Formats: sequence, C-alpha cells, structure tokens
Amino acid sequence: MKTLNFRVILFAFALIFGIVFSIPSITQSESGKKITLGLDLQGGLHMLLGIKSDVAIESRTKSMAATVKYIFDDEEIIFDELRMVDGEKITFELLDNDDVSKAKELLKKELQGTVLTQDDLKFSLEMTAEEISRTKQNAIKQAVDTIRNRLNEFGLAEPTVAKQGEDKILVEVPGIKTQEDEQRIRELIARAAHLQLMAVDEERAARVMTMNENEAKSFGDVILPDVNTPERYLLRQIPILDGSMLTDAKVGFDENNQPVINFALNGQGAKIFGDFTGKNVGNRMAVVLDDKVYSAPNIRERIGGGHVQISGNFKLEEAHDLAIALRSGALLAPVFVMEKRSVGPSLGADSIKASSIALALGFVLVILFMFLYYGMAGVIANVALVGNLFLILAIMSLFGATLTLPGMAGIVLTVGMAVDANVIINERIRELLHAGKSVAKSIEDGYNNAFTAILDANVTTLIAAVVLYAYGTGAIKGFALTMSIGILASMLTAIVGTHGIYQWLLPKIDKKRLNFWFGIKTGEAK
Amino acid sequence: MEIFKYKKPLSLMSKSKRFGMVSVALLVLSLGLIFTKGFNYGIDFAGGTLVQVQYEGKAPIDKIRDAIGSDKNYEGASVTFFGSEEEVVIRTKMSSKSLGEDIGDKMRTLLKDTGKFEVRRVDMVGAKVGSELREKGLMSMFLAILGILIYVSFRFEWRFAIASVMALIHDVTIAMGAVVLFGIEVNLDTLAALLTILGYSLNDTIIVFDRIREGIRTIKNPDLGAIIDESVTQTLSRTTLTSLTTFFVVLTLFLFGGEIIRGFSFTLLVGVVVGTYSSIFVASPILMWLGFSVSSFREKEAAKLKREKEKEKMRQMYENGTI
Repeated sequence: MKTLNFRVILFAFALIFGIVFSIPSITQSESGKKITLGLDLQGGLHMLLGIKSDVAIESRTKSMAATVKYIFDDEEIIFDELRMVDGEKITFELLDNDDVSKAKELLKKELQGTVLTQDDLKFSLEMTAEEISRTKQNAIKQAVDTIRNRLNEFGLAEPTVAKQGEDKILVEVPGIKTQEDEQRIRELIARAAHLQLMAVDEERAARVMTMNENEAKSFGDVILPDVNTPERYLLRQIPILDGSMLTDAKVGFDENNQPVINFALNGQGAKIFGDFTGKNVGNRMAVVLDDKVYSAPNIRERIGGGHVQISGNFKLEEAHDLAIALRSGALLAPVFVMEKRSVGPSLGADSIKASSIALALGFVLVILFMFLYYGMAGVIANVALVGNLFLILAIMSLFGATLTLPGMAGIVLTVGMAVDANVIINERIRELLHAGKSVAKSIEDGYNNAFTAILDANVTTLIAAVVLYAYGTGAIKGFALTMSIGILASMLTAIVGTHGIYQWLLPKIDKKRLNFWFGIKTGEAK
Repeated sequence: MEIFKYKKPLSLMSKSKRFGMVSVALLVLSLGLIFTKGFNYGIDFAGGTLVQVQYEGKAPIDKIRDAIGSDKNYEGASVTFFGSEEEVVIRTKMSSKSLGEDIGDKMRTLLKDTGKFEVRRVDMVGAKVGSELREKGLMSMFLAILGILIYVSFRFEWRFAIASVMALIHDVTIAMGAVVLFGIEVNLDTLAALLTILGYSLNDTIIVFDRIREGIRTIKNPDLGAIIDESVTQTLSRTTLTSLTTFFVVLTLFLFGGEIIRGFSFTLLVGVVVGTYSSIFVASPILMWLGFSVSSFREKEAAKLKREKEKEKMRQMYENGTI
C-alpha cells in the first residue's frame, strides 16, 4: 500500500479538528468555546433603539442654568430674569455694572464650551456647535453604558448593548422566561431615571390649579403632576440639583414598612442641598423623578450629609427596578423603539426542532443519492460532506459565532452545494474513464480539469454571501456567515480531502470493478 | 448508476429562439405581476407589528378578529392561521415607539377572553427602519451583481460577464414574479433567498461557461454554436445532478423547516428550478447574441501567449547577457 499522502493527512487533521472543537457545541457542555444560539432559536428580546438627542441638549442647558444660579448666589452677584429659551439658550440680566467682568470670568472658568453674548447688561449663554455635537455623542455613549449597567444589575445572562450606526442602540437580551419579565426589562431600559430636587414656588403656589403652562413659564416656573394623585405643583423651572450628583440609591423601608428609596449625594451635591435647605426653612422642596412629583415635604431645618428619601407607594419590585435605574444614572436623552423582535422560548425550541429535522433529512437524502449514483466515489464525497459539517460547527464554535434560524438554513443549503464540487469532479473522472484513460490518470486529470470551474463558482457564491453579511442585519447575517464558512470549508474537504482519499486508495482501486468504484459499467473502460 | 451518458451533442443552439421566447414570456409575466399586483411587503420593509399567538386547541379565528376589531387602533389588522390551526398571526400597520407600551401586551389584553393562548413572537419594525432596510436590501443586490460582474470579466471576458449577469437577472426576476404570484410575504429572509439565488444561479452558469472556455481552446470546430452545444451537453449531467441534490435539501427545508422560514425556502425552491433552466438554455445563447467571436478570442489568447513567450525570451537574453 502506498504511504499516506499530504492531502489525506491534512484532511484527517481537519476532521479531527472539526470533531474536537464541535463537541462542546453538540453536547452543550459547560466548558469550552461553543456556538451561541441566536435569539430566534433560544428566545429573547432584540431591540433597536433610537435616541432623542435634542433632549440631551435641553437638559444640559438646564443644568448650565442651575450652575449659573449657584455660582452667582455663591459669589453674591445680583442677577435677575434667569430664563431658558427654546431649550438651548440661557438669558439673564445683571443689575450691577461692577459685577460684569467678575461674572464673565466666572462663567468662562466654570462653563467651558459655551459662548456668552452681551447686550448692555443683558446676557445670553449658549453652547458652541462642537459642544452640541459632543453632547449628543456623549448622550448615545452614556445611554449605551447606562442601559448595559441596568441590564447587568437586573441579573440577566449576557445581555448585549451596543451602539449601531451613528445614533442607534442595539439591545439583545436572551433567556427571558415570562412576558412579565420582558415588560419589566423594557420599562427598566426606558426609564429616564432623571431625578431632580426642585423648589416649590411658594409665592404663587396657591394659584396652580388655575394657571396654564405658558403663564407658569413667564414666571420661570413649571407645573408638574403628582405621581399618584391628580394634584399639581408649581415648581421653579431651574432645579436645585439633579441626579448627576447622586452616588448611591438603595431600597429601604419607612416607618409604615413601605418600600422607599434612599439615596446619597456626592460632596458638591450635599453642599448645595445643605445650603438650599438652610436658606429655605419652612418652604417645600419637591422630589421629582421623570417629571413626576413623588413627594414635596416641608423643610423643617437645614439638612446636611446629603441623604434624601423618595417615597411614593412603591411596590417592592418597582422600588428595586427604580433603585437600579437611579444607581446606574439617568439617561441624558430618552430612547424610543425603532425595531423590536421578541421570541418566546417555546417557539425557539420548535424552530430548532424543525430545522434540525430538515437538516437531518436533507443530509440523509444527499448521502443516499451520492452513494447510489456514484458508488464508492459517492461514499468518498459523503465522508468529505460529514467533515464539512463538523468543520462548519468547529469554526463557528471557535469564533463564538451565533447560530440563527436562517443560519441553520444556510447549513442545510451548504450540504446541497458542497457535494456540487464532488459531482463536478466525479463527472470529469467518469468522462476520462469513458475516454479510455487509466484510473490514476483519470483521477489526476479529473481534479485538474474540475478545479477552475469549482474555484470560479465558489468565489462568485462567496461574493454574494459576503455582500449579504455586510448589508444584512441580525438573523440574515447568520445565514451569510454559515454559508461563507461552508463554502470555504468545502474547498478543503471536497477538493483536497477527497483527492487525498483517492490517492491513498488508488492501489486498491480495481479497474475491473469500475461500477463499484465509480458507478459506471466496467466494460466500457479499457 | 449513470443517467446522462454523453453520446453526441444535443442541438440546443438551433432551438435557442424557442427557449428565448419562453424566457421572455416568463419575464414579461413576472414584471407584469410585480408592477400590477406588487410585492406583499412584510413588516421588515413596510413597518408594523406582527404577533404570533398559539392557542391550546384550534384557534377561534372569528372571535380573535372581533376582539381585535373592537379597538379602533387595530382596524385593518389581518389575522391568519400560521402553519397549523392552533396558531395565528396578527399583522397590523401600527407600531409603537414607546418601550412601555407594547403591542404584544395590548394584544394579550384584547384577546384575554378568546381562550387559553401564549404569545410566542412579537416583531415590531418602525417605518423609518423599514425604509432603511429596503434601501440596504436594494443596495446589497446591486453590489452583489457588480462584484460578480467584475470577477467574471476578470476571469473570462466581458461578454461572459454580461451574459451571466443577464441570466442572473432573468432568474431573480422570475423568482420575484413567483413570490408575487403566490402572495409570499417579502421580508428580510426573502431577500436573503433572492441573494442566494443570485449566487446559486451564477454558480451553475459559471460551470457551463468554464466548459465553453475550455471548449474554445480544445475543440477544433470554430463555430461557437457547436462549441456551446458540446460544452452544455458535457455539463448537463453535473448541472442536473447538483440541481437535484440542492432541490432535495431545499424541498426538505420547505416541507419540514417550519412556517417561519417558509417564504425563504419557497423562494429558493423556485430559484433552483429557474437557475438550472437558465444555465442550460438561457445564458449561452446570450453569449452568442452578444457577438462573441471564437476566432478573435483565440487570436487574443494566442497574442497573449506570444507576448509571454517574447518576455521570456527577452529575460533569457538578458540573463545570458546578450543585451
């Protein structure tokens, strides 16, 4: 017997490699790299979120206004008419000409990335164009981080949160068991968690029930509703401080054993809070979350230390999710759903079953056909086909690739197309045998003649698959991926592998038994 | 076993007009369907919401329709069985931007008196994403064709490239016609199927062209028609066999692969049949109509060979120090 040739050794290595690395995926063992099932197969939630970045500009402007107020109060600069215009500009008036240069200097130092324009004693402050685009970018980045933190804290297995394109966020959460869980997750993601502590406008508070939005605006106030009751509050538009100065939020219980959320402020926040409560004893201060008033207690004394409590008839679950949202920070801009796909676990299981049956059946049909039509040549092609399947699984496992339902279809299709190379080769070999060439020469020339056709055909299919991968989304990418891997793997198994097997078996091939070996009538070949 | 045994070339080229007529008729029919009836865009491209609900036992489809119709927002929603009598799919043009308000949740509330059920799938695509996906889809189709055109021109000759792309457009158009005719919903996976047909049909055509390219070099007769006849006949066995194996697996996918990928597998099924037909009967005649000339191709090949030989000679002379 002829010694083993390099082709068959290479194929044996590929086969061993394929089997070894696909075992973790096939047995679904704990250890080892394995294929991730797509959301359409294991069930889960896929969402593409958009972001209202204008709101980030508005809230940035608002916090700028709060800073202006705080600086001026702190430095005893007298000012009036501090207003926000169109959500992107702050205007104010200084009363004393002597303060102008000091005020300008302070603002320049404290608020970078802004332009201050002066008209006599009237000033307007707005962000530079770069600052605006930076703020928007930042809002997306921050939203991605925030949503990721929230989902991680919620305790789910491997959620994916990633920026997609310029201004979209992709969220994928596998393994959601119930509809209630899905709803909680959606609400947790959507929660702006924008916490503000706001002063009640005590001067005009009595008129709140008859006042409209515009009137309130003219006083520099806003009207916000209570979270549980129809009551409304008239609050100063510019908050005392907001959630950006929050360091921690935890669920606790009040004296009636009702769930509450306790949160702590950082040093700066605690100082602002202490100063404000000290100056406003007897007035009310509202705890506002996502533009709803949760409580508005009277300030009895100066509160130092920066510990604040939110109560609001929470359910325990709700308080828990809210604390997560507050801890992970506010979304600078609200997000909205552009695309949502959710698949229940039972449907995923059904899809796996259906596509596995199709794969197995298609596979058996092809194998039977090849054996019946080509005899041993068909068996050799079938060995290559099995090798090809293992290689696809192994490569996908190593890269931790995701297998989707269309991906399964891609594998099924690859089975059909991978034998194509062997069909071409076998037809060429038969042709040469019919022409009276020796077995050895027929095999060698058959491979040579078939090669360009197989190469060109595979490259063109690969072009289509690569374009599909580049432009496809989600599950379709999975299809393009398995098909591309399948085509590349088939070049190794169907061409090199089978060639090697022929060369290895050549001494055994009896030219009198061509029907057994190649499925053609013996008498016709010489 | 041997089904196709090569004896003498089939005379295909002499009948090419007849096949051409069949193709043109199919193309006109397909285009007519596409432009009059139009595609049945699914939510991926049109936007909207799809809710898949499985009942215990037969789904009470009339009750479901009434329950959904009771909410004005969902007027015009369609309810159809999906794969089996236990399962229905509800499609509506509505989509919701809010994370808190989910149409799946709303359906659950609306349907609560219709029996015991489980919502198994909720797909929602906003209008903006839908149009983006459509643009991307067309773009991918265009880029794939362009890439193929360049590759084939580079490996063969420009007429081969044009002919293969025309055969490709032929196949994809007829497959699209079938999709419209049978009212298959056009979603991302249908698009994937069309792109696969693109690759597959080309695969077939390339194999035939490869043989013609070989025939041009080896067959003495300079008549293109005769060369094509002989080459197509020689590859007939392979073309049919491969199509058969592919057809088997796509058929199992269609029959057993589940309802969700039925649109995908149906489109492929049509594509495999049309692709096989076109690579045998359509692609090669186009090559002839484009005025491909065997003798000038041979001259070019010969000139190329001569240039290479001359270069080789120069190099040798250089190496020998004669220059």
